[in-house]
Amino acid sequence: MLFYGPPGTGKTTTALAIAHQLFGPELYKSRVLELNASDDRGINVVRTKIKDFAAVAVGSVQRQGGYPCPPYKIIILDEADSMTEDAQNALRRTMETYSRVTRFFFICNYISRIIEPLASRCAKFRFKPLSEEVMTSRVLYICNEEGLNLDSEALSTLSSISQGDLRRAITYLQSAARLFGSSISSRDLIGVSGVIPLEVVEAFFTACKSGNFDLANKEVNNIIAEGYPVSQMLSQLFDMVVEAADVSDEQKSRICKKLGEADKCLVDGGDEYLQLLDVASNTMRALCNMPEEFSYSN
Amino acid sequence: MLWVDKYRPKTLDHALVHEDVAQNLKKLVTEQDCPHLLFYGPSGSGKKTLIMALIRQMFGASAEKVKVENRTWKVDAGSRTIDLELTTLSSTNHVELNPSDAGFQDRYIVQEIIKEMAKNRPIDTKGRKGYKVLVLNEVDKLSREAQNSLRRTMEKYSAYCRLILCCNSSSKVSEAIRSRCLNVRINAPSEEQIVKVLEFIGKKEGLHIPSGFAARLAEKSNRSLRRAILSFETCRVQQYPFTSNQTIPPMDWEEYISEIASDIMKEQSPKRLYQVRLKIYELLVNCIPPEIILKRLLYELLRKLDAELKHEVCHWAAYYEHRMRLGQKAIFHIEAFVAKFMSIYKSFLIATFG
Repeated sequence: MLFYGPPGTGKTTTALAIAHQLFGPELYKSRVLELNASDDRGINVVRTKIKDFAAVAVGSVQRQGGYPCPPYKIIILDEADSMTEDAQNALRRTMETYSRVTRFFFICNYISRIIEPLASRCAKFRFKPLSEEVMTSRVLYICNEEGLNLDSEALSTLSSISQGDLRRAITYLQSAARLFGSSISSRDLIGVSGVIPLEVVEAFFTACKSGNFDLANKEVNNIIAEGYPVSQMLSQLFDMVVEAADVSDEQKSRICKKLGEADKCLVDGGDEYLQLLDVASNTMRALCNMPEEFSYSN
Repeated sequence: MLWVDKYRPKTLDHALVHEDVAQNLKKLVTEQDCPHLLFYGPSGSGKKTLIMALIRQMFGASAEKVKVENRTWKVDAGSRTIDLELTTLSSTNHVELNPSDAGFQDRYIVQEIIKEMAKNRPIDTKGRKGYKVLVLNEVDKLSREAQNSLRRTMEKYSAYCRLILCCNSSSKVSEAIRSRCLNVRINAPSEEQIVKVLEFIGKKEGLHIPSGFAARLAEKSNRSLRRAILSFETCRVQQYPFTSNQTIPPMDWEEYISEIASDIMKEQSPKRLYQVRLKIYELLVNCIPPEIILKRLLYELLRKLDAELKHEVCHWAAYYEHRMRLGQKAIFHIEAFVAKFMSIYKSFLIATFG
């Protein structure tokens, strides 16, 4: 089986739950091998550890204490997208040869990083980001159990800032509960989540609109000094630009193109200040209809 | 003892800046348990101070007795064994280490050493506080693989091990790790706060500070508290009693870069480029990080330029800084930036003045 989907949607939980339900607590240790990115999973491990575990046959045990106990073992490979291609290739034949006694569960965020031959050997299950209702009911359940008080505004804030990631929602909820006691408002949640306050983004955007480079530079300096994460800044700026009514489509596309480039540079480890300044200067040129290309180059 | 260390607040109650964060942290640990924490903010804003105070709050005074250990680890990586040397700072209840020191082998540190430390459960006679704390510095410098390896470790051993991560920019920490931690943003202290701290130190030291002097120190410090205190102490050594118009010595590398900038502005030719290269080499040899050189150079150049050129220059600065990350040798990219700037500036001059 192959589970894929964004973080915090319950992939690992599902896989572990299946394993537990099949084998029960007694047989679980001997029948399930769980490997994740914190274990070394180079090609060597695949050739030795996984193959050895997979090759051992199991005797058929009759039902034990209400668990079905089917006559095969399970190998759970968590975060499989961080395995090297070689290691994945080495798995191909292993999976087929021992399919009678061993089943594989792959769990990953990006299905495109799993090589095609592996993916075609699995039944695929896509885990969508959780819908707001599911999330709300779960959060309310936790609130009930823990005796927390959450109003409806805070609830909707929680689901919007966590973007379908239930683990993140729960972490935020727990942190907020630790910090601010049992009644939690939406402001507290924004405080712990690291979302940048709207005023800051707006100030940045206005500075860009003004067409004054030094003003924008000051704003960028301020954002860096306040320690806001720039990747977060970019995504919030993106939301703002797309929704802005007084910006033409062409301007939007110019800004978004730059945002994409800057995000890539940040992922590569580029400097936050320089990237944000570059974004600011491009945004400004787009908004004030300055030429995109440098006019003096020959 | 340097004033920076002497007046470092030891407990959360004594924090002079970030009082609100300190109080929140205190509330967090008084309930016995705490989540994983991720501190992020610019340098000199007090992340480390808060972390040390927090650990003291958790474990009492015993956390202050730290010993420095330099251990060699043998890591079995399949076909070969790798020797890793790592400096750790540990007390009975916490271990502090800097995993990115291992360079490209940081993955093994996370997979083997941190996991090993996280696995071992501390035994407490009183049966409480049954967890220990691992402080990891500079997580933003960890490679992707190392960060991925950290994910499951954080979940699996969370019953008896808490991680406190510390970094400058949280953009470089993967989403998966951030969603597992309570993120604590530490902003740089404002100039008023720096002034307050300087006056506090001045009072303790029995110094008279003329009005406006502390404000000027704060302004020069770029909102870094550490730098403000250090230059305050330098001034004290240089001249006391203070006069309100006393010059505050700038960092010598900053002066050097501003010299380079004016060199570039004066003449744009291959010959000048060669001279500039020598100067940049000089800076690099003296261990000034290349991205700092580039940033400072940009800052100096921007001060002298017309608005229309600024856009172009900052674009290329960002471009070459990114290239520098991907590449190996910093000097090529800084030099390329200088050359690019020269060509832009020259064509601007020709277009304007003929």
